[in-house]
Amino acid sequence: MTAPANQALARPSGPKQSLRRKGSRGSILADRAATVVLWGTGVLVLAILGSILLHFALAAWGVVSPSFILDDPSSTALGGIMPVLWNSIYMLVLTMLIAVPVGILGGIYMAEYAGENAVTSAIRFAEEAISSVPSIVVGLFGLILFVDDAHWGFTALAGALALTFFNLPLMTRLSEQALRAVPQEERSASLALGATKWQTIQHVVVPLAIPGLITGVILTAGRVFGEAAVLLFTAGVGTPPHYNFANFDLLNPASPWSPFRPATTLSVYIYKLNSEGLGAFKNQIVDGSAAILIAMVLIFNLGARFIGRLLTRRLTAA
Amino acid sequence: MAQVTTATRLTGLRAAPGLRERLDIPKRVVFLAAASMVAIVALLMIFIAWQGIQLFVKDGVSIGEIFSPTWNPLADGGPQFGFLPFIAATILVTGGALLISTPLSVGLALFLSEVAPNWAKAIVQPSLEIFVGIPSVVWGWLGITVLVPFLGKTFHDPFVVSLPVVGQVFSVPGFLTGFSWLAGSLVLSVMVLPTITSVAYDAFRAVPQELRTGSLALGTTRWQMIRHLLIPSALSGVLTAVVLGMTRAAGEALAVQMVIGNSPSMPAAITQPLTTLTSQITLDMGNTVFGEPWQDALWTMSLILLIISVTSVVLVRVINKRRMGS
Amino acid sequence: MINGMRRFSALAIAATVVLAACSASSTPSPAATDTPAAPTAMTSAAPSAAGTVNCVTGSITTAGSTALQPLIQDAATAYDAACSGATVTVTGGGSGTGLSQVDAGSVQIGASDVLANTKLATPDADTLVDHVVCRQGWIVVTNKDVTGVTNLTTQQNIDVWTGVDTNWKQVGGPDLPIVLIFRPQGSGTRATFKKIVLGSATEATGGQVLTEDSNGAVTTAVTTTNGAVSVIGFSYYNDPANKPLLNGLQLDGTDATIANVGSGTYKLAADGNLYTKGAATGLTAAFLDFMMGPQVQGTIIPKDSYGPVAH
Repeated sequence: MTAPANQALARPSGPKQSLRRKGSRGSILADRAATVVLWGTGVLVLAILGSILLHFALAAWGVVSPSFILDDPSSTALGGIMPVLWNSIYMLVLTMLIAVPVGILGGIYMAEYAGENAVTSAIRFAEEAISSVPSIVVGLFGLILFVDDAHWGFTALAGALALTFFNLPLMTRLSEQALRAVPQEERSASLALGATKWQTIQHVVVPLAIPGLITGVILTAGRVFGEAAVLLFTAGVGTPPHYNFANFDLLNPASPWSPFRPATTLSVYIYKLNSEGLGAFKNQIVDGSAAILIAMVLIFNLGARFIGRLLTRRLTAA
Repeated sequence: MAQVTTATRLTGLRAAPGLRERLDIPKRVVFLAAASMVAIVALLMIFIAWQGIQLFVKDGVSIGEIFSPTWNPLADGGPQFGFLPFIAATILVTGGALLISTPLSVGLALFLSEVAPNWAKAIVQPSLEIFVGIPSVVWGWLGITVLVPFLGKTFHDPFVVSLPVVGQVFSVPGFLTGFSWLAGSLVLSVMVLPTITSVAYDAFRAVPQELRTGSLALGTTRWQMIRHLLIPSALSGVLTAVVLGMTRAAGEALAVQMVIGNSPSMPAAITQPLTTLTSQITLDMGNTVFGEPWQDALWTMSLILLIISVTSVVLVRVINKRRMGS
Repeated sequence: MINGMRRFSALAIAATVVLAACSASSTPSPAATDTPAAPTAMTSAAPSAAGTVNCVTGSITTAGSTALQPLIQDAATAYDAACSGATVTVTGGGSGTGLSQVDAGSVQIGASDVLANTKLATPDADTLVDHVVCRQGWIVVTNKDVTGVTNLTTQQNIDVWTGVDTNWKQVGGPDLPIVLIFRPQGSGTRATFKKIVLGSATEATGGQVLTEDSNGAVTTAVTTTNGAVSVIGFSYYNDPANKPLLNGLQLDGTDATIANVGSGTYKLAADGNLYTKGAATGLTAAFLDFMMGPQVQGTIIPKDSYGPVAH
């Protein structure tokens, strides 16, 4: 304890002490004011978010319906968003198919193997560098690499690969965090039992880290769903044709299952409608689409929390 | 560390490792996965740099020329590729956004780390995550349907124009629409708010609890503690937060492009339409063909963006190293 | 060196994605089916005409001009309805993108508002074949508050767009500053407007000038900005969502109508060009034929506010 505090404790109680403890009148006022201001920031942010959610809830009222979600754009006067929603989900799955394994494996390296050396710091630097590169630059990189030089044209695959570039650092970092959160004793116990390092990782560390890993997957997925600038230059912008879901020929660009076709996602569709949209209900369609996009983000976020919590509880209980 | 030595000792007890174990294929696989990011970054830098220098190498534009204030690819006397308006606009729009967002974000981070009771945290923190998740096209759409018309009205409102200082800002002649530097900065400020807040929050949480209790025991008020102890000791973390927010703001494309008005002129007033590097790329990429000097200029702009982001990564590292050092 | 880079990238891609070789997006099977397709979704074209649709199975992609995109989209939808087994995917991206992509062989059809030789270097431009499928017209529009102005002559347009006139009262309108909303320099709209109306005059720059990159953004900007003026395509002007919000102007006293574009009296118009790399074959040829056929020329083109091309 420092001297003034000791003095304060030692002195008999009186008006002087309360002054010393609470500070001067001015500093009390300043403290009160600061508290009010800081509370104000919290309230302001909540108010902004609340009004945005309310805005879209009201705007989407009367637009979003089962037919809006499940129909083709040309099917009704209002039009549906099924093909673009399909493309968003398709792109999400395709991206995650690449990003999740690579990201988790990379996370394992960073958490379990990486030493303090130049290679590790190069990887860390790359990780930070990609996550700070503007998404439009990643999109342009995809444009030159896949669309132009490889002559693929605008394809879902080009978009998914560009999105993977964009999201790999996040996936790797979240995986690394999840793996590092596993207590060191678990590893030593397994190693003490004679398991190899890889066996330990495989059978002890990764299973224990699953809640965190799943949270990472869901958070990354949420970002894929909303991204537009990357896809603008790689996956194409347009109103998708009528999809025939019975066509499973993956090499046929007409099949909605094929990665070798242009795929306009919901986010890109919003951008397209804003810039080149036609029709009396253009604004309503954008409002409805934006509401669905926000709803998906909410679902991903709450889902990540819920599943993470559920799995943690179940695994720790077992 | 102790565990590792135990493990090493234990392996000594086992039979000598086989070929498979010595090759350690899993280690190689996970290493490749992690190293793929280095490959991606290297490839990205090479490609963007290669495309970015074509303007100088192939089209014979000098580096000095791109810092001229005139952008006119269709000029009668040959194209003029001056990036200065876009670079200035990028700096100013980003700066405006940070000016609005930093106090708010740092305040919010302080609120969360020092003031908020648990129930308030339980509401505000998930809200911030939702904020992060709102896609940039949705921000742009909100900007173009709500913010821009509102600002447009405000710029004209007789009452606003009659106000002392504010009125002078809004009545600068010629600035008539809601599409503006201000609109771009406002949209960006909300978009970077969660980034700055969360990094600053981590910085505040990293200040040891004993320092707080010690200070409060000395009889200081909470605000005095925050001002004289917490902010100084978390300053480098807050700085990191601002740099990260800046990077995000400077690189944002669609939301800004939708609200900024895209006028390639030198910035003069906050109510004026501008064009940033990202919005000019978005605007022109589709109208130019591959290999044309005009498009090469756009690639040079992307190279500038890339340099900005890599610089900021280095900057954050320097700041953090200093923090570790002190 | 460029070739070196390209080979390098091709190698890199081949290494990462083995499927790259299979990704050529066109797999048109040239076997044309002579059986008349069931004209299920045909709107009002004569049945005999509809029966002549040449159906080829396969899949092609178009990219390019956003001004032509609504027309190609509607034609693709109609072709899709007439011919099962054929998919025409329509993407936008801008005229430059369309030319780049068709030149690179990434798409089968590149749509452009401007001629290829104004954009591409000669050897590349010469390998592209132009198919003029429609006429497209543009109209000068203003905010509704510019009352009393219904016509601008070519000279008045030059004065307005070069910044000589800065107030609507100078051209017979209200006392209201003029806000110019340009399209980006590279856009077909701006290029056509400059060529036909402004000629060699230099467009105004500075703080009173906005640039919006698309018909939609331009429409939003004009409707929300007092005294704003811009140029948009007929299809966007005649859209029921936009028309009531805009004040469309005559040019040199001529109404901006498709009929006047067709007769040549309204001059702010240009060809809609669809480019193929070399002569069109397979589904691409069939689709281009379909675009020249009676259903597109007679029904879809007028409905979407484009002008048909005379045979």
